[in-house]
Amino acid sequence: MNFSNSEINEMYLDVLKELGNIGTGNAVSALAMMIGRKINMKVPVVKMVKLQEVPEILGGAEIPVVGILLNVEGDIEGFIMFVMSQASAHLLVNMLMGTALNGYSEFTDIEKSALMEIGNILAGAYLTALSSLTGFKMIQSVPQLAEDMAGAILSFPAIQFGETGDTALYIETEIFEESSRIVADFFLIPTIESYQKMLKALGVA
Amino acid sequence: MMEIIKVGMADLNVTSYPNALTTLGLGSCVGVCIYDTKTKIIGMIHIMLPYSWGVKNNTNPAKFADTGIPLLIEKMEQLGAAKKNMVAKLAGGAQMFEVTRSEFMNIGKRNVDAAKKVLQDFDISIVAEDTGGNYGRTIIFYSEDGRLEIKTIGKGTKTI
Repeated sequence: MNFSNSEINEMYLDVLKELGNIGTGNAVSALAMMIGRKINMKVPVVKMVKLQEVPEILGGAEIPVVGILLNVEGDIEGFIMFVMSQASAHLLVNMLMGTALNGYSEFTDIEKSALMEIGNILAGAYLTALSSLTGFKMIQSVPQLAEDMAGAILSFPAIQFGETGDTALYIETEIFEESSRIVADFFLIPTIESYQKMLKALGVA
Repeated sequence: MMEIIKVGMADLNVTSYPNALTTLGLGSCVGVCIYDTKTKIIGMIHIMLPYSWGVKNNTNPAKFADTGIPLLIEKMEQLGAAKKNMVAKLAGGAQMFEVTRSEFMNIGKRNVDAAKKVLQDFDISIVAEDTGGNYGRTIIFYSEDGRLEIKTIGKGTKTI
């Protein structure tokens, strides 16, 4: 398929927006169930960005962020990655553990496990959405967490996208709970073969 | 007045004394820094992948070690640098996540190996490096003396 064809890109984005919507919906339901409170979400933003702009997404290449990475295997192979600002990650942990915000100190081991568990739940939610849209079976691995400069963390998905093109695609998710606003960038990074397989199944290739 | 010029991801730049070059948040990518000891002309490239062959979309030579480093040397020569006076320093090539899938394994190390191979082909010696690990780096390369400053989060700053 020709990725420079704007018509296909438009369709592709529509399908991915739908995936973003369903996935985020699933994720918010799962989180709300865990904490036993109502959570609101904003319709996710799906963007195609130039690789060079990727580190700017979170406000600059040197900004400290939290990245959660999972490996996907099965009919579709690749990676899932969530990137959050430290502030959003702390809010998410506090929401989950019912603790109050005590500054942005380093995450404890328990907080790190909580974040990885959230990564598990969110990845499951997006994969369920993708699975219901395509019929593909996918298994997610144990998540891994890294805290570092945005540029360094994002170099991982950027390099994976770098093998297919100069453009990266990501879904920005915003969720609200009372006065808390959490922004998480979600990257779905299939292998080149899985990418084509996935697009075909979604009816855009 | 010294100016610090930014080099983006998959980008390169050259400058001369008294300026410096910087690239922010190197993870698995590698910053290749070349210094002409006579003219104080410096060049920096932020490479993402080792080789351009086999990659469908390879229109940006600065993205790859094999196409980017020769281009960087060429740009330095255009500015008046000579290959025989060039030395190189490397930083980056970290493994940000422990990835189990073998084909994606340690792209950081592959980038470092490719950069070394290309520099060797041009007979440019590597005088210092700070590569590997599992953390990000911001680097600043000074034309004054070819020193390379490396900043990290939580692991301090050092100069090589």
